Amino acid sequence: MKINPRVSEKIAKGLIWSAALSVLAVLVGIIIFILAKGLPIINWSFLTEIPRNMGRSGGVASPIVGTLFVAAVAVVLAVPFGIGTAFYLAEYTRENAVTRIIRFSAESLAGIPSIVYGLFGFIFFVIYLDLGWSVLSGGLTLAFMILPTVIRTSEEAIRAVPDTYREVSFSLGGTKWQTIRKAVFPSAIQGITNGVILGLGRCVAETAAVILTAGTALRMPASIFSPTRTMAIHFFILAREGISMDNAYGTAALLIILIFFINVVANALVNRFVAKGR
Amino acid sequence: MKIEIKDLNIFYQDKQAVFGLNLGIPANQILSVIGPANSGITSLLRSLNRLIDLTPDVRTEGRILIDGKSVYDSDVNVTELRRRVGMVFDVPTPLPISIFDNVAYGPRLRGKKGAGALSETVEEALRMAALWDDVKNRLKAPAMSLSGGQQQRLCIARVLALKPEVILLDRPCSGLDPISTAKIEDSLTQLKERFTIIIAPHNVQQAGRISNRVAFMLMGRLIEEGTNTEIFSNPKDQRTSDYVTGRFG
Repeated sequence: MKINPRVSEKIAKGLIWSAALSVLAVLVGIIIFILAKGLPIINWSFLTEIPRNMGRSGGVASPIVGTLFVAAVAVVLAVPFGIGTAFYLAEYTRENAVTRIIRFSAESLAGIPSIVYGLFGFIFFVIYLDLGWSVLSGGLTLAFMILPTVIRTSEEAIRAVPDTYREVSFSLGGTKWQTIRKAVFPSAIQGITNGVILGLGRCVAETAAVILTAGTALRMPASIFSPTRTMAIHFFILAREGISMDNAYGTAALLIILIFFINVVANALVNRFVAKGR
Repeated sequence: MKIEIKDLNIFYQDKQAVFGLNLGIPANQILSVIGPANSGITSLLRSLNRLIDLTPDVRTEGRILIDGKSVYDSDVNVTELRRRVGMVFDVPTPLPISIFDNVAYGPRLRGKKGAGALSETVEEALRMAALWDDVKNRLKAPAMSLSGGQQQRLCIARVLALKPEVILLDRPCSGLDPISTAKIEDSLTQLKERFTIIIAPHNVQQAGRISNRVAFMLMGRLIEEGTNTEIFSNPKDQRTSDYVTGRFG
């Protein structure tokens, strides 16, 4: 049977639109559901108090600090190595056996389930290196987990910088390093930042990898050697052990707000300091 | 002679682009290198400031002497060479930064310079490129906001800010309208008093308008070189005659 092109056009349009709209509806639905359940729980004392009675009462101050602490350690460790590797792959070497091995390893690492990172972190950092359940063990494990994301997005961003920028910089007497720093990096920073935010988001939201490495301690972490509990683990335990569904929703809502906030702030910073002159 | 090229061969992997080229280029004149596409002109220009080194698998043989010194000697500082031999590309290539920062890019690479001296250099370069009056009130504006012709003059100013000795222009007017082209040609005619200019013009007429000397290349070989009058009125080689009269190309 032959369908009139005008009819098929309408059907295609309708299907594509409804696909996009249903995805959007599900996403918005989840966020509204959690915010509706969670926002009423959030108040000043919820933000500033340490959990009491296993989290049945009190706030989530120490999980907030723990989350930011672990994620910060992971990002500080992963970003320099990730961006360095990306620049090596994109600028300092041509395709050869070494780059293929690096890229293959990074892509394999990206496909490993986070619980496997957790197990590795537990055996290697927590037990073998005797770091114990700690912010450092958790941060190191997450750093390994987000490294492939940072490498891949950064490499793509660097490769997307037009070659003419490099040629211009070299033709004006720039060295390789000056060219990378002044002509390539400013144009790639937006994409690199997106990769870092993506990695940061995964750190903040991760449970499996940190529950085995950072621990589940409720008190405020005093240093990178203290055990801690991230927000994601906190509401996982609250919900799973049936301790307090209300506080679980409150923590989850807070986590959504935090991730949203990180995105907005990071983008604003990039626009303010780099995108000028475009 | 400012530049002497002796037995220059350029290879891309197994493909040879320039064959045994010999050419002397006097100072403070405009030399046009004309020829149809794939004549090796871009390769020739890029070998003079060793920008061709960036292309993978390229090999050059022969000698290029600037002021008697070979640019391929091992003690040559390549970044210094590229400051002395500036280049303007076939499409305008402003960097995504402000007008001022584009012109200041080269001088800043060289090292710290007082803000006053730097703005003086930038103003001087923009004046020489006949762009100062267009942009003096918006130096902080993005370079991308300029028109195509202005962008190309900005690229010329960016090269001039390096205070080079030689300026290479690879079909600098190929995407520009006649008015912008005329402005750039005017600037070049004035600039030759201070610089040695080698240009791949975008057509034979342009070569006729601006050059003192003309070199005609075909399939990687230099066919003939001489003054403007010699090449246009009295070419020795039949192929040169055919090309400049428009019988092919």
